[in-house]
Amino acid sequence: MTSPLPINSDDLVLGAVAYDQKVVAIWDGFQQYFRARGLPFDYVLFSNYERQVEAHLRGHVHVAWNSPLAWLQTERLAQRLGRRAQAVCMRDSDCDLHSVILVRSNGGIETIADVRGKVVAVGARDSPQATLIPLNHLADHGLLADRDFQVQAFDTLVGKHGDHIGGERDAVRALLRGDADAACILDANHLAFAREGTISSASTRILTQTGAYDHCNFTVLDGVESQKIAVFCDLLFNMSYADAEVRPLLDLEGVKAWVPGRVTGYAQLAAAVDRFQTIDAFVSSVEMQCK
Amino acid sequence: MQVDLGSLSFAEGGYLLVKRAVRRAASGDAIVVTADAADLDVDLRAWCRVEGHRFDWQPGAGTARGQARIVTGAIESERWAGARRATGDGEADEDTIAEHPPRSWGLAARGATIEAGTPDFDFHLTDKIEVWSDDAARIYQQAVAAQWDPETAIPWNAAFELADDLEDAVVQVMTYLIENETAALIVPSRFIAQLHPHFREVMQVLAIQAADEARHIEVFTRRARLKRSQLGRSTIGGQVSLKTLVEEPEFAIASFLLSVLGEGTFLSLLWFIERYAPDPVTATVVRLAAQDEARHVAFGLAHLGQHLEREPGFRPRLADAVRRRHDALRHTAGLNDEVFDALLLMAAGSWDHDALRLGSQRVLQLMQDMDEGRRKRLVRLGFPEADAAALSALHTRNFM
Repeated sequence: MTSPLPINSDDLVLGAVAYDQKVVAIWDGFQQYFRARGLPFDYVLFSNYERQVEAHLRGHVHVAWNSPLAWLQTERLAQRLGRRAQAVCMRDSDCDLHSVILVRSNGGIETIADVRGKVVAVGARDSPQATLIPLNHLADHGLLADRDFQVQAFDTLVGKHGDHIGGERDAVRALLRGDADAACILDANHLAFAREGTISSASTRILTQTGAYDHCNFTVLDGVESQKIAVFCDLLFNMSYADAEVRPLLDLEGVKAWVPGRVTGYAQLAAAVDRFQTIDAFVSSVEMQCK
Repeated sequence: MQVDLGSLSFAEGGYLLVKRAVRRAASGDAIVVTADAADLDVDLRAWCRVEGHRFDWQPGAGTARGQARIVTGAIESERWAGARRATGDGEADEDTIAEHPPRSWGLAARGATIEAGTPDFDFHLTDKIEVWSDDAARIYQQAVAAQWDPETAIPWNAAFELADDLEDAVVQVMTYLIENETAALIVPSRFIAQLHPHFREVMQVLAIQAADEARHIEVFTRRARLKRSQLGRSTIGGQVSLKTLVEEPEFAIASFLLSVLGEGTFLSLLWFIERYAPDPVTATVVRLAAQDEARHVAFGLAHLGQHLEREPGFRPRLADAVRRRHDALRHTAGLNDEVFDALLLMAAGSWDHDALRLGSQRVLQLMQDMDEGRRKRLVRLGFPEADAAALSALHTRNFM
């Protein structure tokens, strides 16, 4: 007896990074959601964003659930290869994030200038929110990492682009222990750490915060499965929080509504990767392979 | 609407005040939030982003630092739009019992408001008619009030010394009781896991019934080991009989066989042992166990009585269950000789001929008492006298 094939050549294939075990539950759920509504859909998981970006450019996936850094990598690679990347959809909760730089309340740091000569704890080296954007923010204020202050990186799961909260938690702990004088985290994690009791208004205060920026998006490349991508986006936009069937999926993914993608919120990160040359080597290497 | 958090930080409780205001507001309403705490703009903004409210920071307005203006989203109302209350009639305030509570109500407390989309739980017992008794709450309360502590309720240190044969007889009877009470623990425990928790009082009765049996197993074991290091014998016949109980898949039938017929018969046995117990420890453990067993019988009669009142056609199925069990056990020995002999020796009190004759008469009387008790309970469940007598005669020779 012939069994039906688990893969279908018509599938729209999405790439996502397995930064946590829940990622499997999320994409299994989305797979059911899309298939039940007539969109042939499958997904593949990558252990890091760089592998995903490379696979996307090579055409192994049609749409990539990208971190902001992976978006920039894809956008720049596409440009060099004469193609065009597009952010088609994103979470409402990924718009207008800010990072904050925390100091100990009694740590003697009153202004950004006081950070000079101190130790700044950051998250993973490739974390936009806990490393790249806040370090760029300090640089905009005249303080360059490794020249004007020392950086202590908490490299939890490099390649996940800071999706894992562990690095930020470690950075805050280093601050509280006195091993670091400042710590860089996402604003939502400031609230999360305060609510779980890791920090309090007595122990820490916010020295400064960055401007608003955007986070993940669904990235596609020009000319790839455009009709299916349109259906994919429509199905996402139609997901309603009032629908009990899809609400658990939205909760799991941390989204209340999907909104059209925009790329105006990546300027700070773009400035940071230019300043720190974070992705140049990777982009050049993949460019060589894809040419 | 305005919320002033004063010196309260948003993370340390301030968010509750904002949440309360959001709940009171309609979707699209504006709420102005002020606070002296420095981090309001950061924390409230992050919270609004996750909760789907629009956030605007207005520097220079309100306080020296500024104020937040949030416009509430529809998330809260959307989440609870399809919710329903877990009661019999869905809307009324009273604690009514549903005839067929949906499996998706899951573990929610009866009367709670349940978010739409909760997952189905694999409960098998979801029909009120099959499990419910209006007496369950009362029986549960009685059971809670009647719990006894094995450590203090039994005179473990009472001084007594029995003849070796008599002590052996007590140990054999205790060994038999432990085996049977283990079955009586497992049967309700299995059904607790299958029962829809909407029938809370029934779940509680079954749970305390299992706890009762756990205590009985403890005290029978302690009595058996009081003077001996080794327990008595367990036979194929006894275990095969109990296996039919443990494996009965249907709650109402298992309850009928275990509580009404089995534990009902056991009541006579425990009273018999109490009456002829050769020592105060034996007398006390069976007396206390009998008190509990009487409640188990009462619950079985209560819910089966209610079931049969609504579905008289179920009565022949109960009768079939007795016949089926009898057929299954037809080729087994039933009660092991050692138990029967031990009961006789206990009732005799010695090897003296007259005493043995008397003991034999007392055991025969026990059989009659057991039969009479079963017939009475069957009649209470609506079986005609003749059917009750016939069914009682088919009850397992292992008593339980």
